[in-house]
Amino acid sequence: MRRTPAELVGAEPGPAHHIEFDGRPVPALPGQSIAAALWADGVLAWRTTRVGGRPRGVFCGIGACFDCLATVDGRPNQRTCLLPAEPGTTVTTQEGNGRADLAV
Amino acid sequence: MLKTQRPPLDVVVVGAGVVGAACAYYAARAGLTVAVVDRGPVAGGTTGAGEGNLLVSDKEPGPELDLALLSTRLWRELAERFGAAMEYEPKGGVVVSATAAGQDALRAFAAGQAAVGVTAEEVPAERLRDLEPHLAPGLAGGFHYPQDAQVQPALAAAHLLREARRMGAELITGETVTAVLRGPDGAVRGVRTDRRRLDAPAVVNAAGTWGGELARLAGAHLPVMPRRGFVLVTEPLPRIVRHKVYAADYVADVASGSAGLQTSAVVEGTPGGPVLIGASRERVGFDRTLSQEALRRLAAQAAALFPVLADVTVMRTYRGFRPYLPDHLPAIGEDPRVPGLHHACGHEGAGIGLAPATGLLISEQLTGKRPELDLAPFRADRFPADTGTDA
Repeated sequence: MRRTPAELVGAEPGPAHHIEFDGRPVPALPGQSIAAALWADGVLAWRTTRVGGRPRGVFCGIGACFDCLATVDGRPNQRTCLLPAEPGTTVTTQEGNGRADLAV
Repeated sequence: MLKTQRPPLDVVVVGAGVVGAACAYYAARAGLTVAVVDRGPVAGGTTGAGEGNLLVSDKEPGPELDLALLSTRLWRELAERFGAAMEYEPKGGVVVSATAAGQDALRAFAAGQAAVGVTAEEVPAERLRDLEPHLAPGLAGGFHYPQDAQVQPALAAAHLLREARRMGAELITGETVTAVLRGPDGAVRGVRTDRRRLDAPAVVNAAGTWGGELARLAGAHLPVMPRRGFVLVTEPLPRIVRHKVYAADYVADVASGSAGLQTSAVVEGTPGGPVLIGASRERVGFDRTLSQEALRRLAAQAAALFPVLADVTVMRTYRGFRPYLPDHLPAIGEDPRVPGLHHACGHEGAGIGLAPATGLLISEQLTGKRPELDLAPFRADRFPADTGTDA
């Protein structure tokens, strides 16, 4: 039998809604972080590294490591493990520092 | 107590910050047998809290600028071998002024510096954004200093020490010097740590902000005091700031002796991506408390200089304690009161930049050569014993 974290803690979340990830809907539960919603949907990477262009997603999950950055509602470098997945939130895979437009 | 089992030491360097590392590097290169001892890790004090400024632009003609010019040359030599590893960037500095009066003051300052070998080019207001496209509009002008440069200070210290060790130096970290040993004639004979005794006819005090304590162990008065500074670290960004950019009032802040909080924006990019924002100065002892007021002022001043930074996230902040001597000059050279005790500390906010010159001068003195610069202005006995009590 497959057990989910929600079952393990006896959570009784409200009805699911959707956030948008790279143009497609991803289900999210009330109170869930963006990172948790993406993980629950099977998405493991939503950023590429600045130098090597390698994929990154959640590492620490508690706001300390800055690995889970993504562009959220147009703002780059947002820690998806700390931000709630609210209805209508738009998440975009971030390339590098996400600020290429500022380079001089 | 560990036994001493090594060839006799020529010199013990106390302090594994960038100045101690440079002293060890040049002494080892001159053929001396060196041990470096530090109670913490490499670059664990002020070096690790520095921005890596290698500046001539903020110094008026005089002994400190002489040191800075010598260091500029030495950093270039070091960069040929370790440049990439130390993140050495000969990026140049840009000093900007908000008012015409400020620009006049910069012009006069630069004219004095030019007479002793500093290159400074006036940048009229309309050309500032050719150098720095993100600078705020409405500035009165600035000066470009191509000799200014930057390193990553902890990497610089580490690579200098690695090279010193390759030449035979010994590095001892995590051991506290508890005594400076002296003979009946008063001359230095080595140090005692909490684990061993290191015999040597010379001891270099490269203990930075804690140099006054080490001097006291040797029976000498040296009023080194901490001058706290905060640095803001932004999220990684593409290169949006090309030079070291700072506001003209920074020079006045550096030269001031005030204990109160002073802030003036110093902004620079790094190879890693984050932009570093300094510089605050205040004398509050070794208080590590976060000062919201200092951080608020630094952020506001940086955003005033580079409006693009207003929308950028500050990821973290760190603080350090500059080793401050009352006349803003370091103590370099043998102490006339304690034969064999060589000071290399008290560089305030310029220690990264001035480290190679300090190390070279100390090694020249240790090997009986005539130092390249006159060390008289840096004599440690220039402070009367009743000065330098900190608030």
